[in-house]
Amino acid sequence: MLNERIKPIVMPKWGLSMSEGKVTGWLKRPGSTISIGDELLEVETDKITNVVEAGETGVLRRVLGEPGTVYPVKALIAVLAEPDVPDDDIDAFINAYAVPVSEDDGEADAGPQYHTAETPAGTIRYAKRGETGPTVLLVHGFGGDLDNWLFTIDALAEKATVYALDLPGHGQSNKQIADPSLSGLSKAVLGFLDTVGVERAHFVGHSMGGAVSMRTALDAPGRVASLSLIASAGLGEQIDHGYIQGFVGATSRRDLKPVLETLFADRGLVSRQMVDDLLKYKRLDGVDEALRALSASLFAEGRQASVLASGIADARTPTLVVWGEEDRVIPADHAQALANTAQVAVIPGAGHMVQMEAAGKVNALLKDHIAKAN
Amino acid sequence: MSRKISMKQAINEALDLEMRRDPTVIVMGEDIVGGTGAQGEDDAWGGVLGVTKGLYAKHGDRLMDTPLSESAYIGAAVGAAACGLRPVAELMFLDFMGVCFDQIFNQAAKFRYMFGGKAETPVVIRGMVGAGFRAAAQHSQMLTPLFTHIPGLKVVCPSNAYDAKGLLIQSIRDNDPVIFCEHKNLYGLECEVPAESYAIPFGEANVLRDGDDVTIVSYGLTVHRAMEAAATLAKDGTEAEVIDLRTLSPIDWDTIVESVERTGRLVVVDEAHPRCNLATDIAAFVGQNAFGALKAGVQMVTAPHTPVPFAPSLEDLYVPSADTIAAAARRTLSPKGARSIAA
Repeated sequence: MLNERIKPIVMPKWGLSMSEGKVTGWLKRPGSTISIGDELLEVETDKITNVVEAGETGVLRRVLGEPGTVYPVKALIAVLAEPDVPDDDIDAFINAYAVPVSEDDGEADAGPQYHTAETPAGTIRYAKRGETGPTVLLVHGFGGDLDNWLFTIDALAEKATVYALDLPGHGQSNKQIADPSLSGLSKAVLGFLDTVGVERAHFVGHSMGGAVSMRTALDAPGRVASLSLIASAGLGEQIDHGYIQGFVGATSRRDLKPVLETLFADRGLVSRQMVDDLLKYKRLDGVDEALRALSASLFAEGRQASVLASGIADARTPTLVVWGEEDRVIPADHAQALANTAQVAVIPGAGHMVQMEAAGKVNALLKDHIAKAN
Repeated sequence: MSRKISMKQAINEALDLEMRRDPTVIVMGEDIVGGTGAQGEDDAWGGVLGVTKGLYAKHGDRLMDTPLSESAYIGAAVGAAACGLRPVAELMFLDFMGVCFDQIFNQAAKFRYMFGGKAETPVVIRGMVGAGFRAAAQHSQMLTPLFTHIPGLKVVCPSNAYDAKGLLIQSIRDNDPVIFCEHKNLYGLECEVPAESYAIPFGEANVLRDGDDVTIVSYGLTVHRAMEAAATLAKDGTEAEVIDLRTLSPIDWDTIVESVERTGRLVVVDEAHPRCNLATDIAAFVGQNAFGALKAGVQMVTAPHTPVPFAPSLEDLYVPSADTIAAAARRTLSPKGARSIAA
């Protein structure tokens, strides 16, 4: 018998390819009172380690996930319930719990994980999650791809139709970039939206993707319902040129790993798989040229070529600015460039990849902002 | 987009993509087409194990079936390379290189040096290596140490389809002679491989597994045996770092030495015979350059000093196994490890 007051905590599914995760440690003890957003435990996947946050309230009545043990996605790893729920009911719930096997093979996820669209800027790979609510577009940064939204896309898709694309020159999209300027990338993004039939979207941009989103808001204001700028380029001149050059130049794991560590406040988050995946991307024909062209166009001589803050402030597009306080690529004080016209949140303990490192907090900010702006 | 394909398909795809990209790339060898002019399919063979199957239909006469004379067509490939083409010559079994040593060792490998850097020889000689295929002593050797010994040759030996494609593309684009060694027992092994072209740089080992207790270095088929050994060791709480060399010349000394400086223990696995091979080479290099880091004698796991036996039961014992690799790793961890002698 299901007791609705018993709330399972299960192994999360981060991203489209995750099938299992390892519990590395609990941050809450059995018996603790849990509020929404509390950090419960850490889970390690082959891509990244991340904190699982509580989505519901209650008392942590049972901790089932053993540290060091690997569990399939949706396996029961803990149980939340109010103190007055009898122990027997909780034990019965645990005994009756079965990992839903149909989820991955069933109808819900039967479609391909990634799609491609033939656009004026070439073949664009994208992911689409969610079917209802406002349309959201996730635009990654320099050298990134749609998997930078590993912890974002499914969370936003609960109440929105979310697209995430690989920009030209990135991920598994076409590697040729006709025009490596912000305008050129913005046109490519609009061409993608045209191809998938989206007139207007809430733009969420990370780093260079934030600058591309701002450029789009200025050039085609009718297409941009709101802006969420995460550790965004285009709000000041400063940028860590060493990071850009290191990323472009690295051809080996030994060279690339320390560069990627710059992206996170917690350097330990850079996993073998993350480095290997990026090396595989960087080796593809055309990527080196694409990254060098973008770097020369956008970050020549270690300065950002385009600062769009005043234009965005004047445009009055509803804007959220999010930064990781320990960002070592673009300084967090750039967030203040829009302090008068935007909601600004600087998150402690997170670096440039704040949407991964503090996913719960960033997702909550994004959901709130998009709901209000819609 | 990436999808799962076998190492054999990956090699075929690399040849196809490079022939499309660069009109100077040609492919030659014994029965690499096989069947043109006769009844039935034009490329009835497509190589003795079908690696080049389908390329003739796409690239026609840029694939050349040669007479059964390795000395003649390897010489022709070397000459064509010196004159501006990028030939990929298939030697079928690299064991047959004996009859064309001069063309490879004394000509191709020397041109750049003897003509003051003015001559380049962008030839790739690819073929099968390794035991376990029931092909007897003349078709089963791991002769990689012979090739590695010669300055002027680059030597590649991939362990999986992803590396095979990227390393073969790099080999074709490289301006020096490359000996590309394909372990025949890996041809069917599949992994995720991008459909696009990509090149893996030479001299960069791949660290397949992180570990702080012992370093296991290998290449080719035995990389998989090393990974099995590492999984076994992990059950006892020993974390092995596994390094796949990918290219033997140039070799990635930095990755090996950095790992040994951390683990203090080294097992080198080579399917070649035990004398003057990659294992002895690496053991000596580490002994000379990282002696202070070593907590135990370096363990070498190799094939024995005999021709590859034809009896299946003996051939199975010939190639280093996961068990012998794990046992070697345990020797480095035992209190007597520092004083242990050969296996």
